[in-house]
Amino acid sequence: MNMLSRKAMDRLFTFFCIASTALAIIPLGSMLYTIFVKGFSVISIDFLTKLPTPAREAGGGFGNAIQGSFIVVGIASIIGIPLGIGAGMYLAEFPNSRLSRIVSFTADVLTGVPSIITGIFAYLLIVLRFGGFSALAGGVALATMMIPFIVRTTEEAMKLVPAELREASLALGAPRWKTSLAVVLSTARFGIITGVLLTIARIAGETAPLLFTAFNNRFWFDGVMNPVATLPVMIYTYAISPFEDWHAQAWGGALVLVAMILVLNIGIKLAAGRRW
Amino acid sequence: MKLRVPSFSILNGKNWKFTPDTLFQIFLGVLSIISVIVLAALLLRELIKGSWPALSTFGLEFLFSTAWNPVTGEFGALPFIYGTIVSSMLALLIGVPLSLGIAVYLTEIAPSRVRAILSPVVELLAAIPSVIIGLWGIFVLAPFVREHLAPPLMNYLGFLPLFKGPAYGYSVLTAGLVLAIMIIPIISSVSREAILAVPSLQKEGSLALGATRFETIISVVLPYAKGAIFGAVMLGLGRAIGETMAVTMVIGNNPQIFTSLLHPGYTMAAVIANEFTEATDDVYLAALIEIGLVLFAISMVVNIIARVITWKYLKLEEGLS
Repeated sequence: MNMLSRKAMDRLFTFFCIASTALAIIPLGSMLYTIFVKGFSVISIDFLTKLPTPAREAGGGFGNAIQGSFIVVGIASIIGIPLGIGAGMYLAEFPNSRLSRIVSFTADVLTGVPSIITGIFAYLLIVLRFGGFSALAGGVALATMMIPFIVRTTEEAMKLVPAELREASLALGAPRWKTSLAVVLSTARFGIITGVLLTIARIAGETAPLLFTAFNNRFWFDGVMNPVATLPVMIYTYAISPFEDWHAQAWGGALVLVAMILVLNIGIKLAAGRRW
Repeated sequence: MKLRVPSFSILNGKNWKFTPDTLFQIFLGVLSIISVIVLAALLLRELIKGSWPALSTFGLEFLFSTAWNPVTGEFGALPFIYGTIVSSMLALLIGVPLSLGIAVYLTEIAPSRVRAILSPVVELLAAIPSVIIGLWGIFVLAPFVREHLAPPLMNYLGFLPLFKGPAYGYSVLTAGLVLAIMIIPIISSVSREAILAVPSLQKEGSLALGATRFETIISVVLPYAKGAIFGAVMLGLGRAIGETMAVTMVIGNNPQIFTSLLHPGYTMAAVIANEFTEATDDVYLAALIEIGLVLFAISMVVNIIARVITWKYLKLEEGLS
C-alpha cells in the first residue's frame, strides 16, 4: 500500500472513532432533552405531592410513588448495607482464608444476576410466604441487588488503606478488631459512603425487581406488609397505558427520577474527586 | 517496596484461644456467609423449587417447544430463548464496534480536555434507569425506527429474510438498538482500561517503525488488549441477556419466532415481567419461574466467563457491571 492510501485509512479510522462516540452521545442527549422538555410541562407542586387520579381526570400526581420509592429503597438499605459492609470487611481483613475466596467469587457472580430474577426470588421468598405483595418484598428484592455491590465497594475502600497505618496500630499493641474498626474502617469510611450512595443511586431506578413484589398502589404508603407505589413502576405503568395524559405524567415521573439519580451520582462523584 | 497486608487468619492455628479477635473474625465471617453464600443458595433453591411443577411436567421438552399458550396449558420456552439470543447478538453487533471506536477515541485520539468531558458523559448513560430508556424507546426510538430506519432497510435489503416487511416500531431491531445503547458504557469503559494497559513502549515502537496510528492500533494495541476486550464483550452480553424493562417496552411482546428483525419478538426477561402477575394457575407460574431459571443459568455462565477473563487480563474490580 502506498503512503497516500495508508494515510487515508488512518483518517477514515479516526473518523469512525469520532462518529462512534457521537453515536453513543446522541441517544443520551435525545433522552435527556425529551425528559426535560416533556417532564417540565408536567411538574408542579401538585404533581410532587398529590395522589394519582384516574385517566382523563386532570390534576393528580406521583406523590405516593415518590414516597414509596424512598420507603422501598430505605428498607433495602436497612437490610443490604449492614450485611454488605460486614461481608466486605471480612474480605478486606481476611483475604487469604478459603471462605474469602468463595465469598468473593460468589459476590462477583451475584452482581450479574438479572434484576428480574431478584424479583422472582423475593416473590417466592416473601410474597408467597406472607400472602401478598408488600413493600417488604420490594425491599428484599432490591437488597438482593445491592448486597454484592456493597461487598465489593467496602472491600475496595478498605484495601486502599495503607498497610503502614494498620501495622502502626498493631505495633502499638491494639488488637486486630480494634485496628479494623478504629483505624481501617474509619480511614475507609468516605470511600465506603461513596460506594453505598452510588449503589443506592443505581437501585433506586430499578423496576423489574418491584413489578411483582412491591407491586403498585393508587394510595399512600400503608405499612410494610402492603403493596406500595414506586416511581419506576409508576413510570412503567403509565408509559404502557393507552392514555395520552398518563403518558405525559410518565415523563414527569421520569424527570423526577432522573433528576434524583443524576444529582446523587454527579454530586457524589464531584465530592469524591475533591475531598475523598 | 510494597508492604503486604498482614492477613494471618486467627482461626488457622490448631491451638487458638477464644479472644475478642477470634470473636471478631467469626462475627464478620458469619455476616459474609449470610449476606453472600446463604443468599446465593437461597436464590438457587427458591428458583428450582418454584419451577419444579413445570420442570417435572415438561422436562427438556420445555426448552425446545415453540408453543406458548397459557389457556390450553402449553408451555414452551423456545420463542423467548430465541428472542433473547437474537436481540442480544444484535446488540453486540451494533454495540461492540461502536464501543471499541469510543474506547480508542477516548484513549488514543481525543485531546485530554475532550477526554475529561466525554468519558463521564458516556458513563452517564449507564446511570439512566432502564425504565426511562424504555420510555424513550416507546416514544422516540420506536417511531424513528418505524418511519426512518425500517423503510430504507426494507427497500435496499428487503431481499434478505432478516429485513422482510412489514415494519413495526416495536420490533426485535428496536430492542437490539436499545440494548446496544445500554451495553456501550460497560464495554467501552472496560475496553478503555484494556487499551490503557498496553505498554506505551510497544505503541511507540510501532510508530517509530513508520506505522500510522491506525496500523499501530490494529496490529499492536488491539491484539495486546484482545483478551480483556473479549471479557468486556462478555460482560456486555451478560447485561444484554438479563435486561428487562427497556426490552419489554419496545420489543412488541409476541411469542412467535420470526426471522425478520422488523417483526415483534419476545425475550425471557420480558415474558416474566409481563405475565408474572397474570399467571393464575400453578403450572403457568412455574413455567414462568422455569424461564427465570433458564435465564439465570445462561447469564451466570456468561458472567462467570466474563469475570474469569477480565480477572485474568486486568486487575479490574470496582463497580463494573
